[in-house]
Amino acid sequence: MDTNTNTGPDTDPRPTLAVWKFASCDGCQLTLLDCEDELLALTDRVRVEHFLEMSSAEGPDGERADLTGRGPYDLSLVEGSVTTPEDAERIRHIRRVSRRLVTIGACATAGGIQALRNFGDVAEFRAAVYARPEYISTLRTSTPISAHVPVDFELRGCPIDRRQLLEVITAHLAGRKPNISGHSVCFECKRRGTTCITVAHGTPCLGPVTHAGCGAICPAYGRGCYGCFGPSEGPNLRSMVGQLRHDGMSERDVLRVFRTFNAAAPEYAPVPDLTAEAQDCPQDRTGRTDTTPEGPV
Amino acid sequence: MHTDTDVNTPAPAASEEKVMGKDGMAALVGALTGRGYTVVGPTVRDGAIVLAELESADQLPYGWGVELQAGQYRLRRRPDGAAFANAAGPQSWKTFLHPSRVRQWSADRVGEETVFTADPSPPPRYAFLGVRSCDLRAVAIQDRVLTGGPHRDPVYQGRRSGAFLVAVECTEPGGTCFCVSMGTGPAAGPGYDLVLTEVVDDDGHRFWIRSGSREGAEVLAELPAHPADSATREAARAGVTAAAERMGRTMPEADLRELMAGTLDAPRWDDVAGRCLTCGNCTMVCPTCFCTTTEDVTDLTGDHAERWRLWDSCFDLDFSHLHGGPVRASTRSRYRQWMTHKLGTWYDQFGSSGCVGCGRCIVWCPVAIDITEEAAALHDWTRSRPPEDAS
Repeated sequence: MDTNTNTGPDTDPRPTLAVWKFASCDGCQLTLLDCEDELLALTDRVRVEHFLEMSSAEGPDGERADLTGRGPYDLSLVEGSVTTPEDAERIRHIRRVSRRLVTIGACATAGGIQALRNFGDVAEFRAAVYARPEYISTLRTSTPISAHVPVDFELRGCPIDRRQLLEVITAHLAGRKPNISGHSVCFECKRRGTTCITVAHGTPCLGPVTHAGCGAICPAYGRGCYGCFGPSEGPNLRSMVGQLRHDGMSERDVLRVFRTFNAAAPEYAPVPDLTAEAQDCPQDRTGRTDTTPEGPV
Repeated sequence: MHTDTDVNTPAPAASEEKVMGKDGMAALVGALTGRGYTVVGPTVRDGAIVLAELESADQLPYGWGVELQAGQYRLRRRPDGAAFANAAGPQSWKTFLHPSRVRQWSADRVGEETVFTADPSPPPRYAFLGVRSCDLRAVAIQDRVLTGGPHRDPVYQGRRSGAFLVAVECTEPGGTCFCVSMGTGPAAGPGYDLVLTEVVDDDGHRFWIRSGSREGAEVLAELPAHPADSATREAARAGVTAAAERMGRTMPEADLRELMAGTLDAPRWDDVAGRCLTCGNCTMVCPTCFCTTTEDVTDLTGDHAERWRLWDSCFDLDFSHLHGGPVRASTRSRYRQWMTHKLGTWYDQFGSSGCVGCGRCIVWCPVAIDITEEAAALHDWTRSRPPEDAS
């Protein structure tokens, strides 16, 4: 693959941007197009070289784009997980032609909902779903981009947050670290003044172990966080599982709430064992000792 | 109070005292609004008694109480119709005095120059209606922290110096309250402009109201109140005295500062670390926790930048991130940092405890971690250690 020509005019000082799709639903890529108010400012600063959701052309010359692109690109945004041998090869090429590679969304960062296959038998699924399973070529697992190539930054979410995407691009342009925190959704609830729905209503919520970034949308509307941004930094899953059981979730529900968009996140690996552990004492908060002082002394 | 915000300034003597009926509350809100204040007080929203801007005294939580446990908050109807017979809610006054997000300045590139602009908006003038004794102390503590040193926080100072404080003494402590242990209530200490004690009995629903500042006395003079009668005064005092006997929690009978310093190696820290989610909720609801982080943001043009200050927490890994990584990586070290600072090293830094016994950290911890239970366990550990270890 020829990587030594940049199709833009030499006088164009703008860094180049490419957007790539792997196994995914396109929702995260569309977040970029959803930046309607910022699109003109964005295209003033970057030259969009490759973005099939926006144009079938590669670069300013309008050549027809293919799935691999020519490069080099200054910033590649990668959506989706790797589920086929071809994609495993393609991501290596994209890494080679990208100065900086940022994954966008739960698929690219944790394997996505399709990583549920990692817990099952792909051949069995294939036989059950497809009339001619022999036509389907797929890997046994769905894996994040970081399992295949070095990744410069991972943006969380299913889908990603528009403001965070702009922050990552803006930070890249300014040569600074993006302001993206790894703490819990609880920080966002408290900063926006949302009353805790777990404490005030007993609603099960994954906020305490979920990576911030969405702006704590669900709890603001009285719904428990379901973890679409994946695990926060250093989540205490043993305590969280005990709490979810305390808040009335069944063992099956607890297992399933962690088996969604970020099912294959390594931080969630202990959940099945922890869920089985918590089964014996569903009302007990893990580790709690009953020494609460009662009344005046 | 339009005075210097030194915590050591004693409150002026209650120069005026009166009794007003429930209708007086509407007059109070009206008088404060008329003086240009934005009135903030308790009101029911989203299944909790939150602090919000009030347009009318009708928005006060008349007839609502709360049932508080570790990790649990529930609204309960009260037949007596009292407005203030409920303990601390999910927010504290720091939400208004020390806001969670503040833009400190912005900068624009104009030609060859960079022009900096401090946020020009004048600080809001708040009247806080319903400041509990514990929270009154918490405000005094934040006064010391944020304006008591050589570098005064202009955001806090601007909001605080213009604020009018209407305290309300506690007659209905919650199951997680321990202000008596911390010496902060339930009777209101100094620092208020007006203080109310709510009385509901056979003689009606009324408030014993006293002024604590000149402006408080001026406002009091505008209210439809009558001279204080001894029956109301005694009923109010009896209610506060009884509240002191009904604290839901107590701290162990120990010097908490010494207890914290002497238990840094206690195995109990591992126990609590096993439960702690490091979600940061305890610090966010604490009325004295003041830590912030700074974010510099730029826009796509690269010609505009802003500096924002946001609430931060010692439970965030980034909080102690120095070169090479976080200093307090383990949950044990982060919980211990929070509790030993709150109850112990706060004295070294600011001359008092950082805890006012409001119980919010107990209520709003999703997994029901209880600072009084942890302190008691540490105290038990010091007493059960063999003598040679108990140096």
